[in-house]
Amino acid sequence: MSAGVTEPVFEAPWHAQAFALAVHLNEQGAFSWPDWAEVFGAVLAEHGLAKELDGGDDYFLAWVTALERICAQKGLAEAAVLADLKARWEAAYLSTPHGAPVKLSDPV
Amino acid sequence: MPHDHHDHDHPHALLPPDPALRVKALESLLTAKGLIDPAALDVIIDTYAHKIGPQNGARVVARAWADPGFREALLEDATAVVSKLGFYGRQGEHIVAVENTDDVHNVVVCTLCSCYPWPLLGIPPGWYKSDAYRARVVREPRAVLAEFGVTLPEGQSVRVWDSTAEVRYLVIPQRPEGTEGWDEEALLPLITRDSMIGTGLAKAPA
Repeated sequence: MSAGVTEPVFEAPWHAQAFALAVHLNEQGAFSWPDWAEVFGAVLAEHGLAKELDGGDDYFLAWVTALERICAQKGLAEAAVLADLKARWEAAYLSTPHGAPVKLSDPV
Repeated sequence: MPHDHHDHDHPHALLPPDPALRVKALESLLTAKGLIDPAALDVIIDTYAHKIGPQNGARVVARAWADPGFREALLEDATAVVSKLGFYGRQGEHIVAVENTDDVHNVVVCTLCSCYPWPLLGIPPGWYKSDAYRARVVREPRAVLAEFGVTLPEGQSVRVWDSTAEVRYLVIPQRPEGTEGWDEEALLPLITRDSMIGTGLAKAPA
C-alpha cells in the first residue's frame, strides 16, 4: 500500500468499459446500486479466498464476474449466450487483419 | 528447430485479454437487446476519467475551511450542500462529512467492496480497493496510517467509517497552521485526495 497520487483512473480499456457498463445499466434501471454492491461484494469475497486482491486488475476481474452474475440474475444475459459470443469475438480478432476494425461475422 | 515468428508482425488483430472479451460479449449482447447505448458508455468513461476527481472534494473542503456558515451546513447535511455545487450522481446519493479535530482523526474504508464518494473524489485508487487496506484499516488503523506516512498524536483517537452502498463519507481534514486569513483559492492546493479519505493530512503551506 502506498499513497501514489498520479495513477491513471483506468489502467486498461476493459476496466473502463466494465465500469461504465455497471454504471449505465444502473442508470437504465437494470438493477439498483445496493443490489450491485451486494453481488460485487460477494464476488470480491469469493475471489479473495484464493489470493489477496491488490485492487488492480483483479478488482476489475471481480467487477466483470459480478456484471455477468447480476445480468444472469436479472435475466438480461444468459451465461451460455455470453460464452458463445465471447468465442465469436475471439474468432473475429484472430481472423481480422491487424489494423482493421474487428467486427462479428454475423449480427448478435 | 525453426522458430515461429508469426507473432512479431501481427498478421491478425491483437487478441485482447480474456476479461476484455467477456466485456465485449456482454456489451454486444446488451446492445443487441437494446438495453444499453454504447455512446452512453463512452460518455460515462470520459466523465469519470477526466471530469470527476478529487478537485471536486477539495473545492468543498476549501470552502468549509474558509466559510464557517458553509462548514456548519456541510456537517449538517452534506448531500444537500454538495448537490448545490453540482457534485451529485452515482455513489453520491447520501454523503456524510466527518471533520478531523485535535481529538479525532477520521478514516474511510469500504469493507464490503469499494463504496466511495465518486462525485467528490472520482474513482478510488487501487489501494482503497485492495484486500489489505479494506481488512487492516479497521483492525489496526494506526499501523496502516503509519504506512501512509501519517503519525497521529497519542491524544488523537482514530475513527474508522465503513462506507456502504447507501452512505459515503468525506473527511474534512484539519486546516493547516499558518493559513489564517487565506481564501478558498489559496487553500485549494493544500487539500489532497488522501487527506479527504483520511489516509493523509492536508499539506502544510510552503
